Amino acid sequence: MADIRSEFLGIKSPNPFWLASAPPTDKEYNVVRAFRAGWGGVVWKTLGEDPPIVNINGPRYGAIYGGDRRLLGFNNVELISDRPLDLNLREIKQVKRDWPDRAIVVSLMVPCEEAAWKRILPLVEDTGADGIELNFGCPHGMSERGMGSAVGQVPEYVEMVARWCKQNTRMPVIVKLTPNITDVRFPARAAQQGGADAVSLINTINSIMAIDLDRMAPSPHTDGKGTHGGFCGPAVKPIALNMVAEIARDPETSGLPISAIGGITTWRDAVEFMALGAGNVQVCTAAMAYGFRIVEDMVEGLKNWMDEKSYARLDDFVGLAVPNVTNWQYLNLNYVVKARIDQDACIKCGRCYVACEDTSHQAISNAKDGHRHFEVIDAECVGCNLCASVCPVENCITMEPMTGGTDPRTGQPVVKEYANWTTHPNNPNRVAAE
Amino acid sequence: MSQNMADIAAGRLSAAEYADNFTDLHTPLDDHQALIEADRCYFCDGAPCTTACPTGIDIPMFIRQISTGNPKGAAATILRDNIMGGMCARVCPTETLCEEVCVRNDAENKPVKIGQLQRFATDKLFAAGAQIFKKGADTGKRVAVVGGGPAGLSCAHALARQGHAVTVFEAHDKLGGLNEYGIASYKTVNNFAQHEVDYILGVGGITVEHGKRLGDNVILGQLRSDYDAVFLGLGLGAVNALSLEGEDLAGVLDAVAYIADLRQAKDLAKLPVGRRIVVIGGGMTAIDIAVQTKRLGAEDVTLVYRRGREHMKASAYEQELAQTSGVKIKYSAKPARLLGEGGHVRAVEFEYTQAHAKGERFTLEADMVFKAIGQKFVAGPVTGGNDVLELEGARIAVNNERRTSLPDVWAGGDCIAGGQDLTVAGVEDGKIAAASIDRFLRGDTE
Repeated sequence: MADIRSEFLGIKSPNPFWLASAPPTDKEYNVVRAFRAGWGGVVWKTLGEDPPIVNINGPRYGAIYGGDRRLLGFNNVELISDRPLDLNLREIKQVKRDWPDRAIVVSLMVPCEEAAWKRILPLVEDTGADGIELNFGCPHGMSERGMGSAVGQVPEYVEMVARWCKQNTRMPVIVKLTPNITDVRFPARAAQQGGADAVSLINTINSIMAIDLDRMAPSPHTDGKGTHGGFCGPAVKPIALNMVAEIARDPETSGLPISAIGGITTWRDAVEFMALGAGNVQVCTAAMAYGFRIVEDMVEGLKNWMDEKSYARLDDFVGLAVPNVTNWQYLNLNYVVKARIDQDACIKCGRCYVACEDTSHQAISNAKDGHRHFEVIDAECVGCNLCASVCPVENCITMEPMTGGTDPRTGQPVVKEYANWTTHPNNPNRVAAE
Repeated sequence: MSQNMADIAAGRLSAAEYADNFTDLHTPLDDHQALIEADRCYFCDGAPCTTACPTGIDIPMFIRQISTGNPKGAAATILRDNIMGGMCARVCPTETLCEEVCVRNDAENKPVKIGQLQRFATDKLFAAGAQIFKKGADTGKRVAVVGGGPAGLSCAHALARQGHAVTVFEAHDKLGGLNEYGIASYKTVNNFAQHEVDYILGVGGITVEHGKRLGDNVILGQLRSDYDAVFLGLGLGAVNALSLEGEDLAGVLDAVAYIADLRQAKDLAKLPVGRRIVVIGGGMTAIDIAVQTKRLGAEDVTLVYRRGREHMKASAYEQELAQTSGVKIKYSAKPARLLGEGGHVRAVEFEYTQAHAKGERFTLEADMVFKAIGQKFVAGPVTGGNDVLELEGARIAVNNERRTSLPDVWAGGDCIAGGQDLTVAGVEDGKIAAASIDRFLRGDTE
């Protein structure tokens, strides 16, 4: 059986599944329930200075749905913990004492002054917590006060605060990054420069979930007004995957430990992030949507998958996909694929046909001998994968590489040699081929 | 009870039982159920369901409109192609039409519930009372429509939308044809047929004359001279006979007539029904009479069909409905004679038709026997006098525009040759004929 025990910055947990700093980790009651359910660790909801912040008394969450009202994403306008600092600290200490095998990292957000950090760090250290996470990501409420993403969006501040923390505590320091920036590599590099032990990402994305067309106001609203909130859940996973990959493959931050966050709902999502270099993962929305029990399947699904693939430990697969993420100009232009429709699997809905006919390359025919029949016209197919993407039947349409002969679309021979844009004759900035 | 006295009685059930037995066959989808079901539609290109629909409703579009929160648009999409989309949602044999070819059958053996979604959309529109059609600008042309059933009303509605003045001649007190007098009660509860008629007439420009029967107080020749065009949606005016000994015994009834009485009954408890019922036939009418007499409280209902299950015109779904309602279906037997006592039927003797038992007989005791072996067209009114229509197989011959052999007379619905004897087919006939009549009246060359 696969060993899924995790060690992240020396912090041990029975599995790599932590709950992210968020409402589910705001107090002892919830965290204990999470540990009972089997979560490997938590990042305690962000602590700030007293007096505690106040939350609005209107709705805090909005949602976006797919078919059958399946939750695709949340956004929220909740702030950091609104409970007294001392109460949180006492509960953290108690839970850590009661659950010594679980990871407890404490999220922090105090004003951008060294004194403020110096005040709070010893208090957290005293709880016996395993580490701290700097909340540089929260996109609402706190940023207007010069905290959260207001820090995370300025690499110099990220570096400065990370350095203050490293200088004033023995605890490992994780810097949580905001996605509300142009290039996530800059704050990641800054965190590393400041001495941070790891980055965690992504925090939530600025968003308005919907407009109520009767009120002509954002939905949900508080007394008729709405504001942007932080977007999370399955819908943000592709954005998070890219940002994690950007940091994992950046030569400047290569090897910097990553705790991945962003729409992780299943064991498979977690494995994908870890394959892109994340040492562990943090989950919030999925737990808020379905409860803590989902971790049972995450644990078992991960173990079963590792057994199937003969990975004994987490480190055996962490980062394996990183070398296969590249920049567009290095993609092999000599790799030619054609769509293939499995006629036995095809249910003849015609979605591939109309997608290609209306919006792409007119590369699928829709009739044969007067009957509905969908087939790819190789002479028109550019291998774009649109048809396979819209097909409702999994694996009915596959993209098959040509291994020789001539591409009937271009009339060019299909060759095995790798060639990319950097040496292409059409590239005005091409470099001479070797 | 003595052996020779037929057990026929009204009020066999409690009021609650009647209500329960004749409630809506399908509970309508609520908003949530409709959304879930609508999400199952793949929005196929060149969708097979649309091809299979006799009226060519753009089914993927109306389902998409339900899922986007545009039920009014969904209803409009349906009604533009099929003005009786509400009734068809209730009575169409969807399992042999749109739903049979749904690609979800290939995917998971479970089609999208198209009929129920269609009902959801049209019910919403009718409940909102929104009239989405209006009469066209007056063309000064006048069209006579004979018969206010699905074909006639469909034709009248389409002509009114084009601005032609339409007069509907109807023999009965109510419009709707078999929607009103024929279809099983639990398929069209709460007087839906009349609500639909009201909606259709709501377009304006349609005058109705009740109590007018062709060949009786309306003559084809007169209509041809009084109007610019004539559409005949006459239906089938007579039922086939068994032509057997004992057919004239009391208690041997036409299913069609009894169903009409049932549909018009204000109080089902006053409708007499036998304790033991034998139904002869294998179509929808046979199923409808069998199920409804069972639901009226008959103890034993046996439907006897002369051929095998697979030949039965009633769909597998309808057969199952009968069986789950407690009707016994016997296949491969034909009636040999009806036995009576004191002038009233008491039993039917059947003869097996299948090879291994051919000629062998059995007898079913019966207090009531229903004949449901098909209806036939009464051709007299269109084959006498100077205005003679060509027939084909004893029904009116038409071309693909539903034009008869007379240049200013069209026909559709059950009275024409080659029809499917379905509400939806009648609606399509009316629609096609109206388009042809409109071209004719505007002098377009064809």
